[in-house]
Formats: sequence, structure tokens, C-alpha cells
Amino acid sequence: MADPTLRDEELRDEDPLFATKRGVRPEVEDPLAPLVEAGATIETGPPDVEGELEPEQEVMTINMGPHHPATHGVLRLIVTLRGEEVLDLKPIIGYVHTGIEKSCEQKSYWKAIPFVERMDYLAYFFNMQAFCGCVERLLELEIPDRASYLRVIHMELNRIHSHLVWLGTSALDLGAISMFWYCFRERDAVLDMFEMSAGQRMHTRYFQVGGVFEDIPLGFEQKLRDFISILPSRVDQYEALLDNNEIFLRRTKGVGIVSRERLLELGVTGPLLRAAGEPWDLRKADPYLAYGDLEFKIPVGTVGDGYDRYRVRLAEMRESVRILEQALDGLPEGPWMASDRKVVLPPRDELSTSMESLIHHFKLVTEGFRVPPGELYYPIESPRGELGCFVVADGSAKPARVHMRDPSFTNLQALREMCVGGYVADLIQNLAMLDPILGGIDR
Amino acid sequence: MPDAPGLELIAQEINGVRDGTVTETALEHGRASLIVDPAKVLDVLSWLRDTPGQEYTFLSSVHAADYLPAAPRFAVHYELLNRDRVERINVKALLPDPAVGPSLDGPPAEEQLPAIPSCVELFPTADFPEREAYDMFGIVFEGHPDLRRILMPEDYEGWPQRRDFPVGGDPVLFTHNEIETPRWFE
Repeated sequence: MADPTLRDEELRDEDPLFATKRGVRPEVEDPLAPLVEAGATIETGPPDVEGELEPEQEVMTINMGPHHPATHGVLRLIVTLRGEEVLDLKPIIGYVHTGIEKSCEQKSYWKAIPFVERMDYLAYFFNMQAFCGCVERLLELEIPDRASYLRVIHMELNRIHSHLVWLGTSALDLGAISMFWYCFRERDAVLDMFEMSAGQRMHTRYFQVGGVFEDIPLGFEQKLRDFISILPSRVDQYEALLDNNEIFLRRTKGVGIVSRERLLELGVTGPLLRAAGEPWDLRKADPYLAYGDLEFKIPVGTVGDGYDRYRVRLAEMRESVRILEQALDGLPEGPWMASDRKVVLPPRDELSTSMESLIHHFKLVTEGFRVPPGELYYPIESPRGELGCFVVADGSAKPARVHMRDPSFTNLQALREMCVGGYVADLIQNLAMLDPILGGIDR
Repeated sequence: MPDAPGLELIAQEINGVRDGTVTETALEHGRASLIVDPAKVLDVLSWLRDTPGQEYTFLSSVHAADYLPAAPRFAVHYELLNRDRVERINVKALLPDPAVGPSLDGPPAEEQLPAIPSCVELFPTADFPEREAYDMFGIVFEGHPDLRRILMPEDYEGWPQRRDFPVGGDPVLFTHNEIETPRWFE
């Protein structure tokens, strides 16, 4: 330590930092040297004091999140640890609660569609289908075949997109960074197609009550055919990358197993349930839209560990490609919107010739269509499980209540049972394979 | 979903076990509903779950709704599912608002909350959805292991998804209005 009474320039000369700047190697004194000379023994490494608690025996409660790269959003986990072992876990949610359900009550039905879309931001076509399908059933409105097929095409593309984002980010959590780039390359191709058909890459508002708002443009079909011809080989590549990766296999195999019965009690649906060996898929069990005409399989796992969840989702991408092929081949010609003018906007060209169309257009845009009183719960199969929409109509042009049963919200309840007894590293793996979307959980 | 005679049979059998449990049935848009007495909702749920031939073992969703200005104001909906027959049935428990009318004893009327037994013991999946219904509508689920707010902040006051709760908002704070925005620093 320099003498504080020294003047500035003298201090500068003695200060090792300034000395280095002038190209002189400073002689820094070892602070322990006088002690060693006096005969003391200096220990390095962690202290080993008898009678004190071993570090790995101590119970410690820590916060994971809400800002943590591996939580896939703003999820906070209060984790009780003993060393590396997870003793207890409590998810705290609500950080991105935006009151979408409440906001929908202030909007007419057709204006509420963009709101519900933004709940689960990786499954926007599914949110739209849940809401529009529910309102259509309340109105007893049939949608044309072409609209039904177009919806299936977009929803299956959306499923592939959602699984690609899941695969990229989950592999990233497990240390495989290159998967992220590969998955996002294919995801971009999907988003390009959404941009082609709807004009937006995400949150497209493509589905309307009564059908889809526009037909697919020229060139969309060719682009989709190119994509589905290339995707299976790309999925094979992902599989080859991860299935030969020792780290990935050892981190996922045999980790996070919860029995099938327990998962059903906890209300878990989707790939998590199917990975545990339960072939439950609403597209097959209770077909909606055009799914009844299409042929596809439900992939199921055997034990229900992280590896099975990964395999099930990869297989689902391949099945989605099969669905897309069939839906594209069987795409019927015809209108893509229902013809009920009390609900659906009239075509633009009619406005200049038909007074009646003009009145309908004016009423629909200013007030919106009215839905007769009633209430309905309408479930569909989203990439994460059963996505249900509950709408109460009170006869006005605005819904009296919109509720989404989001699969991530319910599936999150199973996280504790997956993680307790495992290691912290397994917690990251379980969370990645659970695929929670916080926008959907908090709504 | 059960058809109209099937639904009536279910209602009759439940009322045979315990009279006055199912007050009404409804079948609209292909959705079967049992409207039940809220105090006996657990009997209905366990009957539907455990009776051979019914076995609605999967609870898809629990959600609440506010039917203001209807007379029993609140409702809690239970969407049950039988996965073998792919049949859904809805159990709807109508709850009056205890805050209406003068309170003779206990806390003031506006602090009284509607209450219903919790079904977490029967269906563990109801844990989060019941907390959400409590958070948004102030419906107390008696016997719930951990009934706290789930989406709103824990110190939040009011029940935001009730129909008489206003849609407001906090003013957005910019540098040009940080002085005028009242007591923003608190």
C-alpha cells in the first residue's frame, strides 16, 4: 500500500498500474510471503472442518427465474435443493398475465380473434380455431369444405413450426447449439408460407368465423409441396444428430418419468401423455374439421421419459407431413367462406352494386354479428395438448366470457412430480421436454 | 356426449342417491349439462367418476363464469370426459352472490365471497384452475390445499374478471408525464 501522504506524481511512480503503462514490469509483492516466512502453513482448496455440515447436506431454497434462459419464458421456480438434488419445486406464474380473457369481453366476436391468437404464441392457428370453432358451433354455422381443408393445412404447418421451435430451444438447453440454427431454418420456411397466405408471419388472423379470410395464393401449393418433400429428410438429420449424441441420450433417457395414471390424474394431455403410452389425440378420438377424412397415426412412447417425449414429437412432425400431403391432394375447390351474410363480410365487388350487401357490410363492421345466447366448451388438439375454448354468449355482439383451457397451464402441474428426486440438470431437461409456453399459461 | 334420455337418466340416478342434487339438465349445441346444487357438487363429481357405466374419469377443465345480471350470479363449470366412449359432460354449479343484500352478522356484505367445495381431492388437476377461478372471480374453493392468487400479484385487490369490474389501466409512464402521473413513485 502506497503512503497516502505522497504527492501525486510520486504515487504514480509507485503504482504498479502506471508503471506497467510505461513498459516496466511491476514487482508485485506476494501478500502471503511474510506469513510463510514466519512459518505459517497456507492451505489452498476448500476448508475441511470437522463437525460442520457437509455442503451437499445443506437444504437450500433458490429462485430459478423469472429471467432464466432455460425457462422458455418468464417462469419462476422456487426450488428446494439439497446439494444437487431437487427436494421440492413450486412454479410461480403470472408474470406475463395480460388479461386477454377480460379484454375479449370488450370486443365484438370478430375483433376478439387477434386477442385469443396471442395467448399461446407458438400455436396461433390453434387458438384461432378453438375460438372460431366455438363461435361457429354457437351460431350453428357450417364452414365450407375448402375452408376446413385450408384450416387443417395451416394448423399442421403450425404444429410443425411449434415442434421445430421446441426442438431447437430444448436441444439448446441440453447444450446442442447447432440444432437451434437448423430448426429455425425450417421454421423460417413455414413462416414464409404463412406470410404468403395471410400476409403475416406470426399472429396471422387468417381464420375467420365462417372460414378463412382469403384463398391461398398462386404458388403456395408448389411451395408447400417443396417444403413437405424436404422436411422428412431434415427430421432424419435432426434425429441422426441427436440420437448419436451421448450427452443428449444420457440426459434424457430414464429422466422425468411419471406414470400414465398419474399424468391422467394431473390432467396432462398432448405429447407428454402420448409419450407415456396413452394413445389419446383429439384429432383421432373426436375428429373436427377435415381430420376425419385424413389418414395418420398417433405416435406413442413406452416409458414416458424425456427421450420418449422427444421421439413422439419428432414422429408427430412426420405425421403432420403425411396429413399435409393428403390435405393438399384432397383440397376441394369452392368457396373458402360461408355464405351467411349475417355473419360473413360480403365480397368487395358486391358493395358497389348491391345496397343489401352494403348494409350488411356496414352492420358487420360497426356492430359485428350477434350470437344467440348459449355457452359451449370446444376442445381441439394443439401441439401441447387439449386446447379448449369456453365461450358464453349473451345474445349481444360481444362475448360475455371467453376462457381458454390452455394445455401448458395444466401440464405445468406435472413438473413437480417429474423433477422431485432428480438433479438440477434434470430439472432443465424436464422443463425443456414439457414445452411450456408462458404466453399460454398466463394469458 | 350423452343424448337427451341418457342425460335424464343420469340426473334421475344422481337424484335417487341424494335428492335435490341435480336441479336441471340442459342439452345445447351437442353439449350435455347437469346444473347442480353447489353444496353437493362433490357427490355429483365422484358419482360420475366412480359409477360403473359412467366413468367420467378425466377432468378437462374447471372454469368459472359471471352471469351478471342473472340471479344466481356465478357458475363453476366442470368439463368431464370419458376417454373410452369419447363422451363429455358438463357439471355446472350455480352460486349466488352473498354480497347482495344487507349482512346481518359477520363481515360487511361486500367482503363476503361465494364458496364451493374444492375437488382437488377427487381430481388433482383442479389445483391450478381452481386457483385461477379464485383469483379472477373471488370464488372460494373450500378445502383447497393452497388457495392463493395465481396470475395476479398477491397484493392485488378485487376480482378482475367479474363483469362489474371496470376495464381500466395504469397510465403509461413517460418522461414527459412523470410529474403529472400521480404518485407514480410509490
